[in-house]
Amino acid sequence: MSILLSDISKNFGSFAALHNINLEVPEGELVALLGPSGCGKTTLLRIIAGLEHTDKGSVIINGENKTSQNVSQRGIGFVFQHYALFRHMTVFENVAFGLRVKPRHSRPSNEVIKKKVHALLDLVQLDWLHDRYPDQLSGGQRQRIALARALAVEPSVLLLDEPFGALDASVRKDLRLWLRNLHHDLNVTSIFVTHDQEEAMEVASQVVVLNHGHIEQQGSPSEIYDNPTNAFVSRFIGQTNVFDLDEHDNEWLRNVGIINTNSTGRIAHVRPHDILIEKSESHQDATATLKDWQHLGALIRLELVKNDPHHSSKPLFAEMPKEQFKTLALRIGDVVKLKIRHAHWFH
Amino acid sequence: MSSHIQQIKNAKVVNKSSTTQDPVWVRCILITISIAFISLFICVPLGLVIFQAFSKGITAYFSALAQPDTLAAIKLTLTVALVTVPLNTLFGVAAAWTITRFDFPGKSLLTTLIDLPFSVSPVISGLIFVLLFGAQGWFGEWLMAHDIKIIFAAPGIILATIFITFPFVARQLIPLMQEMGHQEEEAALSLGASGWRTFFSVTLPNIKWALLYGVLLCNARAMGEFGAVSVVSGHIRGMTNTLPLHVEVSYNDYDVIGAFASASILAGLAIVTLILKTFLEWKQATR
Amino acid sequence: MSQKTVMPGFRPTIGFTLLYLSLIVLIPLSTLIFESFKLTWDDYIHIITSKRILSSFQVSFTAALIAAAVASIFGFITAWVLVRYSFFGKNIFHALIDLPFALPTAVAGIVLATLFQPSGLLGKFLLSIFGIQVAFKPLGIVIALIFISIPFVVRTVEPVLLEFETSMEEAGSSLGATRWQVFTKIIFPNIFPALLTGFALSFARGVGEYGSVIFIAGNIPYVSEIVPLLIVIKLEQFDIPGATAIALTMLVISFLLLLVINLLQYWARKRSGQL
Repeated sequence: MSILLSDISKNFGSFAALHNINLEVPEGELVALLGPSGCGKTTLLRIIAGLEHTDKGSVIINGENKTSQNVSQRGIGFVFQHYALFRHMTVFENVAFGLRVKPRHSRPSNEVIKKKVHALLDLVQLDWLHDRYPDQLSGGQRQRIALARALAVEPSVLLLDEPFGALDASVRKDLRLWLRNLHHDLNVTSIFVTHDQEEAMEVASQVVVLNHGHIEQQGSPSEIYDNPTNAFVSRFIGQTNVFDLDEHDNEWLRNVGIINTNSTGRIAHVRPHDILIEKSESHQDATATLKDWQHLGALIRLELVKNDPHHSSKPLFAEMPKEQFKTLALRIGDVVKLKIRHAHWFH
Repeated sequence: MSSHIQQIKNAKVVNKSSTTQDPVWVRCILITISIAFISLFICVPLGLVIFQAFSKGITAYFSALAQPDTLAAIKLTLTVALVTVPLNTLFGVAAAWTITRFDFPGKSLLTTLIDLPFSVSPVISGLIFVLLFGAQGWFGEWLMAHDIKIIFAAPGIILATIFITFPFVARQLIPLMQEMGHQEEEAALSLGASGWRTFFSVTLPNIKWALLYGVLLCNARAMGEFGAVSVVSGHIRGMTNTLPLHVEVSYNDYDVIGAFASASILAGLAIVTLILKTFLEWKQATR
Repeated sequence: MSQKTVMPGFRPTIGFTLLYLSLIVLIPLSTLIFESFKLTWDDYIHIITSKRILSSFQVSFTAALIAAAVASIFGFITAWVLVRYSFFGKNIFHALIDLPFALPTAVAGIVLATLFQPSGLLGKFLLSIFGIQVAFKPLGIVIALIFISIPFVVRTVEPVLLEFETSMEEAGSSLGATRWQVFTKIIFPNIFPALLTGFALSFARGVGEYGSVIFIAGNIPYVSEIVPLLIVIKLEQFDIPGATAIALTMLVISFLLLLVINLLQYWARKRSGQL
């Protein structure tokens, strides 16, 4: 089911949490709402769910205007940040709740409920825990039960608030992949909120970047990474080196191979892997000194200092595969020659 | 005292490392002081009630209790509690729901006003109802003309008791429901539950022990209130004497057995209250 | 009126809350203020400054102050013992602390009077050994007020002691402080605001207390008559203006005192970095 948000604004007192949000989510997508804390992403999710009222604008789910509809009638599935499992009910009863509260005429029989709950628990691979209470589960298990509970009512849209926020790093990794696969199997339109760009890139098919209550950019993960529309998105998605022409970086940049046409902007963002490195003997203008390096798994990150007489020693970060690093046989203090193959320009 | 309930959860984690442990002699002295203090002020008085009540034997005790005036007092006390407790419980739940689930201007003022009866002397709590409904009160003449008795009758006693026990239930629920947050309720609503359904199957199970705790304290005070009730009752024997007032009247008549027999019932009530209270605190802590 | 969430039931619950609050608390309490408008200022001063009433104010406030102070000291020790030590029978001991909450004040009153009267169990003992008479003296009032104050102090200090980070004590010891220094410089400043709260609650309750006091006090005019009793006496004489004037004065004074104590508490909290 598609979701269409038009012109949504929300204020909390004098604080504008959301400002004229327009967003279209096509059917079957898995969308990440990504942004720093306080950017309004959770508020937006709660507005889609109907847990929060908008001041202005409308929420249209599958062509139906749901703006004034109550959360209990919207038919959405919501997975809360801290899961909000009913702690006085067993896992089974938690998942069954949405079915049991249906009006009598559309409520399934106990037999059907039982079957359905067990099927859902099978789906999240936790059927063996059906008679436990939430307090007896691990964080990752609670997360999956919360998801099963939300799916029980066959929601048209699945909304997840920071679904991996409260989990350990290792569990988080597994669950990300699992959620992606689950979405692939169920194909229900889903939106999740996160502040972790890596998580958004890894899980989502579409990423929406929010900042200060408005949308900065929407697109597939690679679009957002390769073509950020502004400096905020560029800096928020992945690491980047910032060069400011107004701070005498002009000449140095020309020496390392990028030419500014001036109309494109005054600030250059360069991804660490867009900096190419050769060993150099002389202290030319396009050189830098290796200050330190770190392992990032298969990649090596180099911390460099520009050999630029005009300038303070703001560090530069470059990345290269481990093999290349070995071949170059670089040591701390070595001078290297740089070439920048690509930069994004912003005003 | 609700914060107290929540604290009990952590009771067992108090560190016992040697640096934070006091020397044995300090421990002994402090334990002795506090046990002596509590024994003198609490255990001895409690023992004395029983001792005095049975000082002339079991038969005297029961014949004192079987007097019509005593029985009438017991009946009135039960009636008062039966009206007061449900009303204040209903209020407590409504007030806690409003205060913890919504934002509105004047919320902190409302919270303060709910506690107001706690800071008013019981005698003044009675006096204000005399000012309203007494013979010279605001509605005095009107009530007289319509032959309705509030002061020196059961309705006045009930009103004063409601006033005195007004904050008990709300006070237990507000901090708990604040701490609980409303995610579970939102989850129920998002799964399609109605408002009532959400309250009964999600909120109520979570607050039931604190609610019972509030009801228990409210009931203990409602049955035991003396000052406020004494002002509005008129002390008419067999008619407007509650059990605590009956204790006073008997004591002032030098009917020691009668006074202490009635007092022993109230002391029994207090002990049952304490036992249930301990049980509920434990239940709440292991929730 | 703005709603925080989509929670249902705002209108009915706030409606009922406000209605019930107005009917039971606000309207009845406001009678006290309106009734006092019927008095001229001179009448009011005349009533309040009569010698019997002035001395009752003195008795009530002094007794409540002393009782709250004594209960604070012993209540603090009791809370400390309950939180930090374990000993046989601690659970029962713990439950008994709340007895003064649960025991009707009239029962407490006749029991304390019986115990401390000159022929009573403790009264006889105190009179013969120390020559002190408790009952029918201001001291009796203090005793009764200590009784009802105990749980207020213990129950406000206890949770704060439970929450107190013992790592702070360990840090203190590791820096070379003695146990006594750790107590006075680390533990006590952290507990003090709670102790003040307990003191304030005891004091406020003590000033208004009636049932547990009147039996042991003897109610001798100018000596052991408390303010609430004078209100009752005025009412029995159908002197409504007199009763109202005393009641209003008492309410105002206790609110002012509570305000002062709250400010003091604010100051203490600030000094111990809890704000």
